[in-house]
Amino acid sequence: MDAFILQILNGLDKGSAYALIALGLTLIFGTLGVVNFAHGALFMIGAFVAVTVQKLFSLSYIEIDETKTDFLGNPLKVQMPYVDHWFGKGIGEWMQDWSVPLSILVVIPFMFALGYVLERGLIKHFYKRPHADQILVTFGLAIVIGEIVKAFYGANPIQTPPPSAFLGTIDVGVMLGFEPNAIAYPTWRMVYFAFSAIIIAAVFAFLRFTTFGMVVRAGMADRETVGLLGIDIDKRFTFMFGLAAAVAGMAGVMYAPILSPHYNIGMDFLVLSFVVVVVGGMGSLPGAVLAGFMLGILQSFASMNEVKAMLPGIDQIIIYLVAIIILLTRPRGLMGRKGVMEE
Amino acid sequence: MLGLNSRDFKLFIIVCIMALAAPILLNPFPTGSALGQSFNAGYPALMQRFVIFGILAIGFNILFGLTGYLSFGHAAFLGIGSYAAVWMFKLLSYNVLPAILLSVIMAGIFSVVIGYISLRRSGIYFSILTLAFAQMMYQLAYSVLTPLTNGETGLQVYNDDPQILQGAGDPTIPHLFGITMNGQTQWNVAGWSFTFQNGYYFAAIFLILAFYLSIRIFRSPMGLMLRAIKSNQTRMSYVGLNTKPYMLAAFVISGMYAGLAGGLLAAMDPLTGAERMFWTASGEIVVMAILGGVGTLIGPVLGAGLIKYLENIVSKINDNILHGWFSFMPDWMDNLFVTIIHPFIGKGWHLTLGLLFMAVVIFLPGGLVQGGQKIISKFSRNKKSDAKDGADTPAE
Repeated sequence: MDAFILQILNGLDKGSAYALIALGLTLIFGTLGVVNFAHGALFMIGAFVAVTVQKLFSLSYIEIDETKTDFLGNPLKVQMPYVDHWFGKGIGEWMQDWSVPLSILVVIPFMFALGYVLERGLIKHFYKRPHADQILVTFGLAIVIGEIVKAFYGANPIQTPPPSAFLGTIDVGVMLGFEPNAIAYPTWRMVYFAFSAIIIAAVFAFLRFTTFGMVVRAGMADRETVGLLGIDIDKRFTFMFGLAAAVAGMAGVMYAPILSPHYNIGMDFLVLSFVVVVVGGMGSLPGAVLAGFMLGILQSFASMNEVKAMLPGIDQIIIYLVAIIILLTRPRGLMGRKGVMEE
Repeated sequence: MLGLNSRDFKLFIIVCIMALAAPILLNPFPTGSALGQSFNAGYPALMQRFVIFGILAIGFNILFGLTGYLSFGHAAFLGIGSYAAVWMFKLLSYNVLPAILLSVIMAGIFSVVIGYISLRRSGIYFSILTLAFAQMMYQLAYSVLTPLTNGETGLQVYNDDPQILQGAGDPTIPHLFGITMNGQTQWNVAGWSFTFQNGYYFAAIFLILAFYLSIRIFRSPMGLMLRAIKSNQTRMSYVGLNTKPYMLAAFVISGMYAGLAGGLLAAMDPLTGAERMFWTASGEIVVMAILGGVGTLIGPVLGAGLIKYLENIVSKINDNILHGWFSFMPDWMDNLFVTIIHPFIGKGWHLTLGLLFMAVVIFLPGGLVQGGQKIISKFSRNKKSDAKDGADTPAE
């Protein structure tokens, strides 16, 4: 039983990343009708925003401390981070420690602006072109973004530690009445899951309970009629693209401590996220979230030793296998609506 | 002639000449000169890639160009072809003929299965299904099926392999009945030196055959049917036609082309690894076809050649060479130019590729062939009607 719960927990963090990316993909697809192959790249940019913020906070200059001496008797040279200098020692150190969560404040406006520019500058011109063209141009965009990041940050993964308060593990087992250490789970992954649950809930609430969200939903159902009612639906859809980019960016920022960012993680996640979207049902937001968590958990079950002993290597291919089976038995995905991308 | 109309025959002859005379045509600069070292492409290793990836792109074009079904998993068949060929080397002998035969057959079998399942869906679903299959095959080859594929290390021939047909005097490198693939004739004329390699010509003959077959398919009733499917599949069904067999045939032919290319890759260099099947490799095939011009006969070959050429040339250029080129400028200008160009050369080649690809998709959906036609029609106003033929504007 404890192993069972542990696998579910293990699946949750990966599942949350899939769900967040798939949610953004579905939002873009549902509103603008564009298949965005560059969405993984947006996730990757988010992760690199975390890297950048961490680097910026630790920028330092060398200060001579007159009160202390080093072993040669000269005045000691100390690395003095700028943030310490500006905000005082306590706040400066706290900022460095908490750089990953603080990056969220940077990533939201940044990714939103980036999404806005991308939509207005590039994607806009592809609404009337075939879907293949949309795939191709966003695929090209993903290559370009990846290579730009590689040019700046190199090809190696960059370690980005979470705040020290979240290092270590939580003993979930004790809370549920198991033996101590039966179910130990890394704290940051728990944070990641909680964070993504909040984001997902916020996006759903935004679409459900605000006027803006209502209009967007109406536009998704019938774009033309909403336009005829005198609402500038294009503007709102552009906003939604920015929102989807911001969601992907936040997913990336928070994932940086779990998986050290390198320029290709976007691509790795993208393929899986597409599978998630298709399994969930193209154009269905709850479907995307459900399928994201489901496949994440399924993957972690498949990587259990007992399962691997029966079917070696199943953990590597389970997601694709499930996707193929689902597409063949339920062609519209788990919660897909009729008439989406059918021709 | 050969069952082709005169236009196609001309095109076919041009391709034949280009393929057979490539060692000469691709060496326009004297070997020792600075230009020659940077821009000559007439060495066997690169020319092999031109023709092999040309075959791959032709095959991809039969699927995507004719039917409009965008497969994002074509590299899987390339990989299967390579694995099959290396296994033949391991089990039988270094003779390339059985190896290539098996690689085409294996790719064909796999494409029947994958095609049968994937073609039940169309549009974006088809792309994602092929992508999922290709990724699955990659994972299988990389880790799960290690006994069969040798996993991370890659498959190669070892001394203790059975090689039951290997005679005592046979060469221990890939050969065709004794003619080794890497045997070559050097031909020195003045400052030029031309290399004619057996392996290259072996692959070039396959390219010519593949190209011929692709012309015949394009002009056949089946090609017409595939194009009809591209322009409106629903209408085809209403007419009472079952489009499935045609689609599957196109998919399998295209997969077999990829298998042939994979087999040839292994014949040139008898080892293979899973990275050949990674989905970025599939993406590269798509890029080649698009860059050259999807749906045209010659486009994909040009695209494959251009990408492999640029890949080799651009990634070879470094800052020193650039400084050499700009040395006539004042120093500050020289440095400025080098700083601007620096991210795009050497290791930054993929950036150049990505930008080039995006530019083509945005401004020239018909690829380089369409670009060429636009230029030609601009200069010869009265021959407008001619320029339309050969390139079928994408339906939809």
